[in-house]
Amino acid sequence: MKRKSTIPSITVKFVALAALVILWTQMPTIISGAVSLGLLWGIMVLGVFITYRVLDIADLTVEGTITFGASIAAQMITSGQSPALATAAAFGGGLLAGLVTGILHTKLRIPALLSGILTLTGLYSINLRVMGRPNMPLLPFKVSSVFTPLNDALEPLSRTFPELAKKGYLSGLSSVIVGVGCLIVIGILLYWFFGTEIGSAVRATGNNPNMIRAQGVNTSVMIILGLMISNGLVGFAGALIAQYQTFSDINMGQGSIVIGLASLIIGEVLFGTRSFRNTLISVILGAVTYRVIIALVIKFGLNANDLKLFVAATVTFALTLPQMQTYARTVIKSLKRPRKAGEPNA
Amino acid sequence: MLDAKDVVKIFNHGTINEKTALRGVSLHLKEGEFVSVIGGNGAGKSTLLSAIAGVYGVDSGNISIDDRDVTRLPEHRRAKYIGRVFQDPMMGTAANMEIEENLALAARRGQLRGLKWGVTASERAEYRDKLRRLDLGLENRLTSKVGLLSGGQRQALTLLMATLRKPKLLLLDEHTAALDPKTAAKVLELSEELIHENNLTTMMVTHNMRDAIAHGDRLIMMYDGKIIIDVEGETKRNLTAKQLLDKFEELSGSSEADGNLLLG
Ligand SMILES: Nc1ncnc2c1ncn2[C@@H]1O[C@H](COP(=O)(O)OP(=O)(O)O)[C@@H](O)[C@H]1O
Ligand SMILES: [Mg+2]
Repeated sequence: MKRKSTIPSITVKFVALAALVILWTQMPTIISGAVSLGLLWGIMVLGVFITYRVLDIADLTVEGTITFGASIAAQMITSGQSPALATAAAFGGGLLAGLVTGILHTKLRIPALLSGILTLTGLYSINLRVMGRPNMPLLPFKVSSVFTPLNDALEPLSRTFPELAKKGYLSGLSSVIVGVGCLIVIGILLYWFFGTEIGSAVRATGNNPNMIRAQGVNTSVMIILGLMISNGLVGFAGALIAQYQTFSDINMGQGSIVIGLASLIIGEVLFGTRSFRNTLISVILGAVTYRVIIALVIKFGLNANDLKLFVAATVTFALTLPQMQTYARTVIKSLKRPRKAGEPNA
Repeated sequence: MLDAKDVVKIFNHGTINEKTALRGVSLHLKEGEFVSVIGGNGAGKSTLLSAIAGVYGVDSGNISIDDRDVTRLPEHRRAKYIGRVFQDPMMGTAANMEIEENLALAARRGQLRGLKWGVTASERAEYRDKLRRLDLGLENRLTSKVGLLSGGQRQALTLLMATLRKPKLLLLDEHTAALDPKTAAKVLELSEELIHENNLTTMMVTHNMRDAIAHGDRLIMMYDGKIIIDVEGETKRNLTAKQLLDKFEELSGSSEADGNLLLG
């Protein structure tokens, strides 16, 4: 989990922030949209972080869980429930999905990757059942979302500054606030949980299951717990994303694991992994960075149909970045080091 | 303390790779007894320790610790009785976690874990004291990742972890074999200290006959899944390598002993 970064991560954060502000002044609507999406998907990326990094499991359940959360929220909101309750229910749905994958993996001894695929396949049908159709719009119903109260509260702002509002500088404010608020609360909760006795045991399970079993911990239970928390967050993110984009779609989870990994790795590489807290922040920043990059490449003419290929290539690149860094470092080191007499050329 | 009766362990039962690793091993350990275990490669030493620790179930026989039958208890539920150090220095610690986190995990061996903070300030002070005794400079590196430590440091730490909460039974499986001779001697000395200080019932597997003779108040030798030599008291104290080899040849009808690493 720890990698040494040659550039202090605070400098990188500052440069990234400056770049973001400059971009935002140039194209406010696009950037604020990307940041909003990045923040909301960032909640999912925290879930992916828990499985991929903490538990050391590539959990594909995510692809089904994000839609599951979105579907639950869409169904409940359109049938008149409060958006907050719907979002909480989506979190609960995610917990259940994680539980199923966890049981398949630990109790029925199905490999983790396959367990995730089984749950996600099953969830496809369940999601269709929940929504009753493949696509469920929220907008035509004139229903509220978790963003509505904030939007209303921010209304006077755009009336006071109509010029700014017209240029798009005020757009996406409510979703950014909700996103940041959720991430702060979730981040603090995760930091706390993984510092507790149980949380430490979950981390140790991902790191060295033999060791922690010898310390009397039931690793199956820890894996199930980790998968539940992870998928709970993903379901929660799905609900927020559905409300933000004002629809839930049966295919909206497709490719989400790749988005998650891309964000995770971009975050780790750019912003560092010095400590657990630092890594949590990096991962969230990675999610935002990812969305901004995607928004820019589309803005500068990438065909939306080619997006998935672009993303796959980016992730491949990002996954190999650490190795390339190490390689570059050893090359630099060997160049710097004066060669001793008689030593053969490297 | 430990009571193993007719323990049989067969790997890959019913396949062409079937291998009987333990052929009815019976062993009784008294409270506070320190037994060294020797035997050639594949004699079943590790299998015996793993069977006692519950890493896998046994095919027949019974194991009890402190009069409690643990034969069917899974590994994590036996852990409260057992402290372990493995041959591989990587096995016993979580590399990505800090020294103090590893110690705190071990301090809660067999306890119910809750939502209290994982490492408390008071235990941190205790760990610092205990690490200082190791004399490896670890007392100032409580928040270093264990992955940054050398093999010897990791084994010393694992040993400390295994004894932090006093185990009913300490199982050491060739825990110095992967270390350089100097470090190995130091870790062995530390083991001896901790065992005596806490009066720990111990099984120590070693590949080195001299170590086996020099340490412990009882010595058992395994061969082909059985215990073939078991000496204690006066006999053990006066034992020489030559006697042990002769006895081994006589009992096993084989002269592979010297060739098969016994002299270490
Ligand atoms: N997990 C396993 N699966 C199959 N065979 C095993 C396994 N563990 C040990 N064995 C076999 O059991 C025998 C005893 O092994 P072991 O207890 O490791 O010997 P020792 O520790 O005395 O060198 C060996 O023949 C070994 O190949
Ligand atoms: Mg062995």
